[in-house]
Amino acid sequence: MSETQAVKEPVPPAKEGQGSQVIREIMGGNALISVLAVVVALVIGGILIAVTDPRVATASGYFFADPGATFSAIWSAVSEAYGALWRGATYDPTARTWQGQLGIFETLTFATPLILAGLAVTLAFRTGLFNIGAQGQIILGATFAGAVGFGMHLPPVIHLLVVILAGAIGGAIWGGIAGFLKARTGAHEVIVTIMLNYIAISLVLYLLKNQLKDPNSTNPISPQMDDNAVLPLLLGPNFRVHAGLIIAVLAVIGVSWLLNRSTLGFEYRAIGANPKAARTAGMLVSRGYITVMLISGALAGLAGVAQIAGTEKSLDSEIAGSIGFDAITVALLGRSKPWGTFFAALLFGAFKAGGTSMAVNADVSIDIVAVVQSLIVLFIAAPPLIRSIFRIKAARREGASA
Amino acid sequence: MKNTFKRGTTVGTVALGAMALLLTGCGQAPAPAGGGSTGGNAAAANYLGCIVSDSGGFDDQSFNQSSYEGLKKTVADLGIKMKEAQSTTKADFEPNLNQMANAGCNLTFTVGFLLADATKKVATADPKLHFAIIDDNSIKLPNVKPVVYDTAQAAFLAGYTAASVSKTGKVGTFGGINIPTVTIFMDGFAEGVAYYNKQQSKNVQVLGWNVASQQGLFANTFDIIQEGTKATNNLIGEGADVVMPVAGPLGKGAGDAILAANKGGKDVKLVWVDSDGYLTAPTYKSILLTSVIKTMGDAVETIVKDDLAGKYSATPYVGTLDNGGVALAPFHDLDSAVSADTKSQLATIKKGIIDGSIKVESKSSPK
Repeated sequence: MSETQAVKEPVPPAKEGQGSQVIREIMGGNALISVLAVVVALVIGGILIAVTDPRVATASGYFFADPGATFSAIWSAVSEAYGALWRGATYDPTARTWQGQLGIFETLTFATPLILAGLAVTLAFRTGLFNIGAQGQIILGATFAGAVGFGMHLPPVIHLLVVILAGAIGGAIWGGIAGFLKARTGAHEVIVTIMLNYIAISLVLYLLKNQLKDPNSTNPISPQMDDNAVLPLLLGPNFRVHAGLIIAVLAVIGVSWLLNRSTLGFEYRAIGANPKAARTAGMLVSRGYITVMLISGALAGLAGVAQIAGTEKSLDSEIAGSIGFDAITVALLGRSKPWGTFFAALLFGAFKAGGTSMAVNADVSIDIVAVVQSLIVLFIAAPPLIRSIFRIKAARREGASA
Repeated sequence: MKNTFKRGTTVGTVALGAMALLLTGCGQAPAPAGGGSTGGNAAAANYLGCIVSDSGGFDDQSFNQSSYEGLKKTVADLGIKMKEAQSTTKADFEPNLNQMANAGCNLTFTVGFLLADATKKVATADPKLHFAIIDDNSIKLPNVKPVVYDTAQAAFLAGYTAASVSKTGKVGTFGGINIPTVTIFMDGFAEGVAYYNKQQSKNVQVLGWNVASQQGLFANTFDIIQEGTKATNNLIGEGADVVMPVAGPLGKGAGDAILAANKGGKDVKLVWVDSDGYLTAPTYKSILLTSVIKTMGDAVETIVKDDLAGKYSATPYVGTLDNGGVALAPFHDLDSAVSADTKSQLATIKKGIIDGSIKVESKSSPK
C-alpha cells in the first residue's frame, strides 16, 4: 500500500516531518503569547530608546548626584517616542493640517498589502508549507498588474478588474511553481521560494530596463498606470487609503471560510497536521500542495495589486518593499488564523505609519520599529525552534511527537 | 540584508550607551539652567530645515550622507532646527514627506531622483512650503528647487589623471545601476581618458564603459558590497590598474578587491566618487588616487541661507567646476604618483572646461 502510494507521491525528504512540526508548534500557541510578545518587544524597544537618547546619556552622567533626573529623562524619551508612534498611527492633534492629523488612515493604507500577503503566508502555513516567497509573488503580481495597467487601455471598471485578475494570476504562477516542484520532486518549498524571490527581482529589473520601461524616463521605472486601472481612493484625494482595503477584508473572510468551512480547507489542514496521515486517508497531498501554493501566490499577487494600483501607481524594483517578509511576521503574530493575521497586519501598519511620525517628531530612528518587529518574531518563534534544535521536548507535549 | 546591518549598528550603539552609563554615572549634576544662551537670531531659531533620504539611508557614504551632513553643519552654523526621515523603500517617500509637511518644515531637502514623484505631489498640495530636490531636474514648480551636478566635468579630470598614471594602458570603471546619475561619472571618466590619448598620442583603453553605446559593466545593485569586489576583480583580471567604482557602498567592495590584488603583486589604484574617499573611506588611503567630489554640503547650506534671507528661488542649482559644486579631490598619499606635468595639464584642462574651450559632453549632463 505505502509502496504504491510512494510511486505516485514522492516521499518528501525525511527531515521535512521534523520541520513541519516546528512550524506547527510555532503556529500552535495562543493569542496570549502573541500579545505578550508584542508587549515585551515594546518594553525592550523602550529600553533601546532610553539608552540611545542623548538627554538620558547626559542625565546619567550625574546619576548618583541626581538619580531623579535620569529617570525623568528616560520617561520623557520613551513617552515622547511611543507617544509620537501612537499619534502618528491614530490621531495627531499637533499636525499642521487636518489631513495630517488622521494617521489612522495611513495605518490602514500600510496594512492593506500586509493583510493580503499575510493571508498568503497563513494559508501555506496551515498546509504545513513555509511560504517565504511572498516577496517574489508580490513582485510578479505587481508586474502582471502593471503590464495590463499601463499597457492596455480598457473602459473603467473592466480595466480595474483585469488588473486585479492579472495580479492574482502573476502571483499564482510564482507560488504555483514552488507548489508544483514540492509536489512532484519533493524540492523543499523554503529553498525554492527563496530562490524564486531572487529570480523575481532580477526579472522585474530586466523588464524595467526593456519591455516595461517608461520611454520618457531614463530610469528603471514603468509608465504610470491608466486612470481606469487604479483602485479608487476610499476617502478622496486627501488620504491614500484605497479600495484594496475592501479586497483585503473580503480576502480575510474568504480565507476564513476556505480554511474552516470548505472541503478543500479541511484537506489543507489535514495535510498541515500530518501529511502521511492525510495521504493514508486518501487525500492527494501533491494536489493539495499545488493548489494551496496557487491560492497563496494569488493572495500575495493581490498584495502586489494593492501596491501598484493602490499606492505606487507605477512599477519599480522596490515595489514589494519589505512586505513579503513582514508578512511572515504578521502571519506568525496572527497565529496563522485569518482574522488574527488581519489584526496583526493592522498593528504592523500602525508601526509603519507611527514609525515615520516617531522618526520625525521624536528624533527616534525608525530602526527601533524594525527592532521591535524582529523581537516579536524572536519571542514567538524562538522557543519551539530552540526546543527543536536541542531536541528538548516540551513538558506538556509528551506523546505529541511521532 | 541592509536592515540586519542597521539593527546590528543599533545594538552596538546600545552596548556603548550601556557602557557609558556604567562608567560615567558619577559626575556632578548641573546647576539649574538660567537664561538661554543659544546662538543665531530669532528667525533662524524658528526655522525648520528638513531632509528625507532615499532608500540608501543617511549612512550611504554617498549623496544622502553628504546632504545630511551638509544640513547638520548648517544647523550648527546658523542655529536652525532640523528634522530627518530615512526611507527604506519607495513606498516610504510620500509618508515621510507628508510628515515633514505636517511638522511645518520651512524647507525640505529630498535626496535623489527617486523622490521626484512624491516631492511633486506634496509640493503641489502645499505651495507655501519650500523644497529642494537633489539629483533631479524634472520638477517645474515655484516651490521646488532642483539641485543637480555636472559631475562629468570633474570625472573628466579623474579620467585624465587615471590615464596618466596607468602602466598597463588600461583603466576600468563600473556602475551600480545604468542610470544617468551614475553614467555621468563614467562618461566624464571615459572622455577624460580619450582626451589624454589625443593630447599625449597614447592609447589608454577604458574597460567597463562605452560612451557611444552607453553600455558597460554594472553590478545592478547599490546594496550588495561583494558585487563591487567581483566587478573590480574582473576589471583587474582584464588588465586595468586604475578602477573607478560608481556604485555608492560598492566602492568598499572595490577597495577590498584592490587591496587583495596589490598584496598579490599588482599595483592597482582606486578612484572614489561623491565624497573625498581619503576622509570617508580611510581604509583605502594607500590605494586612493583621487576622488570625484560633489560638494553637496555647501549647496545645502547656501540654499538654506538664501531661504532664511527670503531669497529662495526655484531656479536650478547646477554644480560645476566653476562654482565648486563638483571638484577633483587632492591626491593625498599618492601625490608622488602623479607627475608635475600632469598636474599642470590638469590645471589647464580645468580652466578649459570652465571657460568652455574644452567641451565635456555627457548625455546625462543636466541641461
